Amino acid sequence: MSEVLVIGAGPAGLAAARAASDAGASVVLLDASDALGGQFWRHLPETRPARNEKYLHHGWSTFRALGEALESSPTVTIIRSAQVWAIEVLDGVAVHAMIGEPDGARRERRVFRPDALVLATGAHDRTLPFPGWDLPGVFTGGAAQALAKGERLAVGERVLVAGAGPFLLPVAQSLTRSGSRVIGVLEANRAARLARGWSPRPWQLLGAAGKGLELAGYAAGHVRHRIPYRLGRAVIAAHGTDRVGSVTVAKVDAQWAPVPGTEHTLEVDAVCVSHGFTPRIELAIAAGCELTPNRFVAVDGNQRTTTDGVYAAGEITGIGGVDLALAEGEIAGHFAAASATESVSAPPTAAIRRRRVFTGFAHRIEAAHGIRSGWSGWLTDSTLICRCEEVDFGSMRAAAVATESESFRSLKLGTRAGLGICQGRMCGRTTEELLCALNPNRELSDGAVSDRRPLASPLRIGELAHPSSQNNARKGTP
Amino acid sequence: MVSSAIVIGAGIVGAACARSLAMAGLDVTVIDRSTAASATTARGEGNLLVSDKAPGPELVMALAAAKRWPALVRELADELGDGFPGIEYEPKGGLVVATTEDGAAPLLRFAAAQRSAGVDARELSVAEALNLEPDLNPAITAAVHYPQDAQVHPVNAAEALLASARRHGARVRQNVNLSGPILDANGTLLGIATNEGELHADAIIVAAGPWSGEVARTLGVTLPVLPRRGMVLVTSRMPKRIFHKVYDADYVGAVGSGDAALQTSGVVESTESGNVLIGSSREQLGFDDRLRVDTIAQIAAKAIRLFPFLADQAVIRTYGGFRPFMPDHLPLVSRDHRMPGLWHATGHEGAGIGLAPITGELIAALVAGAAAPCDPEPYSLARSSLEPHLTAVA
Repeated sequence: MSEVLVIGAGPAGLAAARAASDAGASVVLLDASDALGGQFWRHLPETRPARNEKYLHHGWSTFRALGEALESSPTVTIIRSAQVWAIEVLDGVAVHAMIGEPDGARRERRVFRPDALVLATGAHDRTLPFPGWDLPGVFTGGAAQALAKGERLAVGERVLVAGAGPFLLPVAQSLTRSGSRVIGVLEANRAARLARGWSPRPWQLLGAAGKGLELAGYAAGHVRHRIPYRLGRAVIAAHGTDRVGSVTVAKVDAQWAPVPGTEHTLEVDAVCVSHGFTPRIELAIAAGCELTPNRFVAVDGNQRTTTDGVYAAGEITGIGGVDLALAEGEIAGHFAAASATESVSAPPTAAIRRRRVFTGFAHRIEAAHGIRSGWSGWLTDSTLICRCEEVDFGSMRAAAVATESESFRSLKLGTRAGLGICQGRMCGRTTEELLCALNPNRELSDGAVSDRRPLASPLRIGELAHPSSQNNARKGTP
Repeated sequence: MVSSAIVIGAGIVGAACARSLAMAGLDVTVIDRSTAASATTARGEGNLLVSDKAPGPELVMALAAAKRWPALVRELADELGDGFPGIEYEPKGGLVVATTEDGAAPLLRFAAAQRSAGVDARELSVAEALNLEPDLNPAITAAVHYPQDAQVHPVNAAEALLASARRHGARVRQNVNLSGPILDANGTLLGIATNEGELHADAIIVAAGPWSGEVARTLGVTLPVLPRRGMVLVTSRMPKRIFHKVYDADYVGAVGSGDAALQTSGVVESTESGNVLIGSSREQLGFDDRLRVDTIAQIAAKAIRLFPFLADQAVIRTYGGFRPFMPDHLPLVSRDHRMPGLWHATGHEGAGIGLAPITGELIAALVAGAAAPCDPEPYSLARSSLEPHLTAVA
């Protein structure tokens, strides 16, 4: 039986696995975590289920249905705690994974050589640096939500949510539900831009009624909990000694540059800041897939990438949210199976229609909320940019000015920004943008990008040296 | 009278040439088709080694370079000041060990020959080696300590040489593509044509590392430089447990080999930042830069053979690059006797970081007609060991 390998068990990956299985392929689904659902449907472990998951999660019933269908299918193998650390493209695609708990002493090294591959590796949220952002009590929106959804932990008692984008709303909602008091949500963009981004061709949004309901639900939650939502404002500094005790908030202009004289201080014991999402495209790059100018994975109408037999779905093809991810996943799984089994079946027209509707939604999010360059105005020389390697803005500027370098690679190696344990997942794009702005010609032209990571996750040298089991994952293997 | 030069390639060798030429009073332009210090220079470990070189012309250059580096580091620091990213020159010394019974005698013979050529190569007992490197595998069969081996941050060193060249008047133009030669009726090279117009100079120096063959071809001559790929693994930062550059004696055989097939050898060292760099591999694949897991797995296994504790350390990054390989294993620092006006500074394979300063000084002396820092004949394009390759490629 022809095999489709799906990497990532979030909405896109689950939908892809289901569609590939329905289309007659044998499916192996890999995910790094020990549970299905990805970041979006992160939930309490099965051993201590919560009664109210369905209230905490948009589309929970969709998730349950997908999960149950895959777990009960005889032709679907789900491998949890599977860290894909490399993709090799020599004669066909080889996916290298370590199976087992990341800290476990004995992980198994496995190599998969599927007939078709679906990449559904998702995105992580992006937080722009500001003075004090490394203090305990400052969370990324994603980390705060993970604690709330996955652990039911309140990050603080008096919390401010700030940044940009619709993601701030579910973050505030999760915080409220886990027992924090959210004193406000600050959106950096001003009303004019939000209106420009969201309002053109409103009839296109009709089909996205579910999306509207999702946002309306968050908005209603805000009203119910009396959370003020302010536009054109940003957290520009956090203060505290061993934990954040207050933040400086300021008005920002249309380019997100702080407006002098508008600063004021708010007392908080936690702040959650998120400015958008970065797609996790290192595996797509490793697989040789071409990227779009905006640095997402380029796909055709069948979600096929430029590498033979490799498909992509979800946030790595554009930040569009759960509904778009589900539609793209279904399409990718369908056509991946068709290519693996060399068969032709009726195209998934309903999913294709939903993809069209929600793609418009994705463009609106970017138009209304995308990061603007003026934010670096709130940096000071001592603001850490790369937290792993403790590289501050002042030393980055000094290196950029002294060398006049136009090479991202050489500046990265010279300053160590992005060379730490997270390999630039947190700071990579920020580092690129800052170094580019610091170059006299406003250009980095070596073609290097922070998303390229041939080793997609760390592994022990002993694990790398240990021989792999080369057989494909079939039913019956753990 | 030679008064102007164009250096093609802004890696460390090109940067060193540009600095020396500018300091000799020439009007210097450096061009690179991409950006400075980003290709081979940014893909190595920053080795300044005498230990891996057999007696002969390359060792002569390496010994001169080992002597030159400390003063150069001081000169650059004085010129560029504190704000410049650190060159991280560290004369840490090398420790070469044999890991097999059969490997012990050749290592000791090699070291004895080096000693007679002026290398400080100290034979150590296993206990003495473990004293230098307490975490070293005690199952080694022989060890030699090379105090003259050192390390630099290769990218910062190249940027410093280039910044210094600029201060001496050189212009650096990045993202400029060479399209062809400008020749007079006698075949003398007068300049180059680029996508940004013509550039003229008395001397055109090819310092394009593994791409030198391609550049030479564009200018109308052949050059037997081939890319030889290498991979490096980088661990997460850790408290310092490795104090020298430590490598398996079979590395010397891999360096000197002309075999195109994959060869790996354990080469391990710490950097100032606390990451451990692990090499090495040599493989001729053209400019194919796709990841090969078998290669890095072999490197990992050989590193553990040297330092068993590494098995539990995390590798967080891997990178690879291309070394400029010469069929007779000697750098090329020379005029091109086939085309007046054309010069070469390339072919250092894995030794280009360490040999760059001497290469720059030698090329400047040759171009300007001044006294050379070492005998230039062995590095000449006209040497007999290159003759078959020049005709073979042509």
